Amino acid sequence: MKRSLLVVAIIALYLLHQDFWFWRAATPIVFGFLPIGLFYHLCYTLVISALMWLLVKQTWPSYLEEQADLESANPQSAIRNPQSGGHR
Amino acid sequence: MIPALFVFAYLAVVIYIGVFAFRRKVGEHPAEDYFLANRSLGQFVFLLSLFGTNMTAFAILGSSGHAFANGIVTYGLMASSSALIVPLSLFLIGTRVWALGKRFGFITPVQMFRDRWECGHIGTVISIVQAALLVPYIIIGVMGGGTALFAISGGRIPFWIGGAIVAMVVMIYVFFGGMRGTAWVNTFQTTLFLVFGAIALVVIGVGMGGFGAAVNELLSSPSTASLLTRERISPLFFLSYTFIPLSSINFPHMIIFCLTARRMQHFKKTVILYPICMLAIWLPAVFLGVMANRATEVPAIQAKLEARQTLATQAGTLSPEERNQLRAQAAGDDVLLRLLEAYAPLWLAGLLGAGIMAAVMASDSQILALSTMFSEDIFAFYEGKERFGEKAQVVTGRIFVIALTIIAYTIALRFPQPIFDLAVQYAFSGYSAMMPLMVGALFWKRSTKWGALAVTLWAAASVTAVAVFQSVVTTPQVVWSIGGVEALARTPGGTAVFGLLPVVPMVIISSLLMIVVSLMTKRPSEATVSRYFIR
Repeated sequence: MKRSLLVVAIIALYLLHQDFWFWRAATPIVFGFLPIGLFYHLCYTLVISALMWLLVKQTWPSYLEEQADLESANPQSAIRNPQSGGHR
Repeated sequence: MIPALFVFAYLAVVIYIGVFAFRRKVGEHPAEDYFLANRSLGQFVFLLSLFGTNMTAFAILGSSGHAFANGIVTYGLMASSSALIVPLSLFLIGTRVWALGKRFGFITPVQMFRDRWECGHIGTVISIVQAALLVPYIIIGVMGGGTALFAISGGRIPFWIGGAIVAMVVMIYVFFGGMRGTAWVNTFQTTLFLVFGAIALVVIGVGMGGFGAAVNELLSSPSTASLLTRERISPLFFLSYTFIPLSSINFPHMIIFCLTARRMQHFKKTVILYPICMLAIWLPAVFLGVMANRATEVPAIQAKLEARQTLATQAGTLSPEERNQLRAQAAGDDVLLRLLEAYAPLWLAGLLGAGIMAAVMASDSQILALSTMFSEDIFAFYEGKERFGEKAQVVTGRIFVIALTIIAYTIALRFPQPIFDLAVQYAFSGYSAMMPLMVGALFWKRSTKWGALAVTLWAAASVTAVAVFQSVVTTPQVVWSIGGVEALARTPGGTAVFGLLPVVPMVIISSLLMIVVSLMTKRPSEATVSRYFIR
C-alpha cells in the first residue's frame, strides 16, 4: 500500500512538471524578482527532494546491501567477475 | 589577466588534489583501486563527486546561454526534470548496480550485461556503441577549456594553448590519481562552484542595480517579456525533453561512479540532496542568463542583442552565411563570463572563472570511464589480463588515457564546436534509447542478449539517422505529413517527430524491441537469472 502510494506520488509529480497553467504567465513576480513560472519550478524541485526523502525512508532496498555483505564475508561462495573469459 | 592567474592557481591545486592529496598504497587489486578507488568513497565525496560528474560545461555555460535566448523555460526544461529523474534512477538502478558490483566484482556495466545475458561479443558491441557516444563529450570538454581560458584571459591565451593546458591538467590527474584523484577533484570543484555560484548571483545582482528593477524592465518591453514566461518553447517539446534525463544513469561514467561508494547507504543522501544541488547550481545560472538581456551597458552583450534583433527583423534578406554568422554572434554561451567581467571585482571574477573551469573540466570522468571500458571490456575480456597480468592492465588503461587526450585535443583543434555540440545532443538521446538495457537486466527476468543487441543497434542506427537527416535537411521545413499532421520536420533547433523530440520515439521503439525480441529468443539459464533476482 505504502509502495503504491509512492508510485502514484512519483507519477503525479512527473505530471505536475508539465505546468501548462503558468505557460504564458510572468506575474505575479514572487519576492519582487522571481517570475511565477520559475518560482513554481523552484518549489517543484524542493518537493522532489521531500519525495526522495520519503522514498528512502519507506522503501530503501536494504536487502541488497545485506546480500552483498553476506557474500563478501564469505569470498569462497562468491563468484568474482563471472564474465571474464566466460561466455563467448 | 589577473582572473587567468587565479585560474592557473586553481589548476595547480587541482593537480595537487588529483595526484598527491589522497594517494593510498595500492592493494592486492590494482585495477579495482585505479578504476574504482577500491569501492571506498565516503558519503560526502560520493554525493559531490557524482553530482560534479554530471555537471558539465553544458550545464553551466550552456544553460545560461539557452536562458539568454529562451528565458526561464530553461530551468524546467533541463533542471527540474533531471532533478526528478536522476535521483529516482540512482535509487532504482544505481543501488542495484552497486550491490551487483560488490557481489560479483563488476567494474563496468558491460561486465554485468555479459554475465546477466550470458554473452560475450554482444557485450563488446554494447561497449563500442557506448564509447562512440561518449567521445564527443570529451572533445567538448577540451574545447570548453580553450574557450573559457580565452575569455577569462581577455583573449591573451589563444584557444589552442588554453585547450592544451586544460587537457594536460585533466590527463595528469586522471593518469596518476585514477578514480580516487578524479573523485576528489570533482568534490573540490563542486564545492567551489556551489559556494561561488551563490556569490556570483549576489554580486551581479548588486552590480545591475538589483534584480527587481531588471525583471520589471524585461516585463515592460514586449520583446523581452516572453523571456519571463515559457511561450518560446512548445509544451510538446517541453514534455518530450523529460526523456533526455533518462540518459544520465546509462552513461558509463555514471554507472561506474555508482560502484565506487563504500556502502549502499551512501546513496541515501545523494538521492535526497541531488535535487537541492541541481537547484543551487541551475537556478542562478538560468536566472543570470535571463537577466543578461538587461545588461545592455556591457558591450559584448549589447552586440549579441543587436545580432539577435537583426536576425529577427531581416532574416529573409540575409544569405545563409550571414545568418550563421549572426547566430554565432547572438549565441549566449559566454554571457555568464561577460557578466562577471563587467560586474565582479577582478579577484572575484578570477575565483568565479576558476569555478567555471571546474564545470568545463568535467570530462575527467568520461576519460577515465573510457579507459576503464577499454581495459576491462576489451583488454581483460580478450584475455589480456590473463596473459600479461593485472598491473599490465592498469598500465594499458593509463596509456589509453594519454592516447585519448591527444586524439580529443587534435580533433578539437581541427573541427568547429557546433558539430560536437550537436553530437553531444545525439549522445543524450542515444543513451536514453539504451535505457531498456539497464531496466531489462535488473528488473525483467525474461530479457535476453538478443533483445539487448536489438536495443543497442537501434540506438546506434537512430542516432546516425537523426545526424544524417539534420545534415542533409538544413533549413526548417516539414518533410513528411500524414493527413495534415506533421510527422517529420526539420526545426531550427533540430528534428521533430509528430512535434516531439526524436528521443521519444527512440525510447519507445527500443523498449518495444527489448520486449518483442526477448520474448522471441531463448532466455538465460535459471542459474544465472536466480543470481540476479534474490527476492
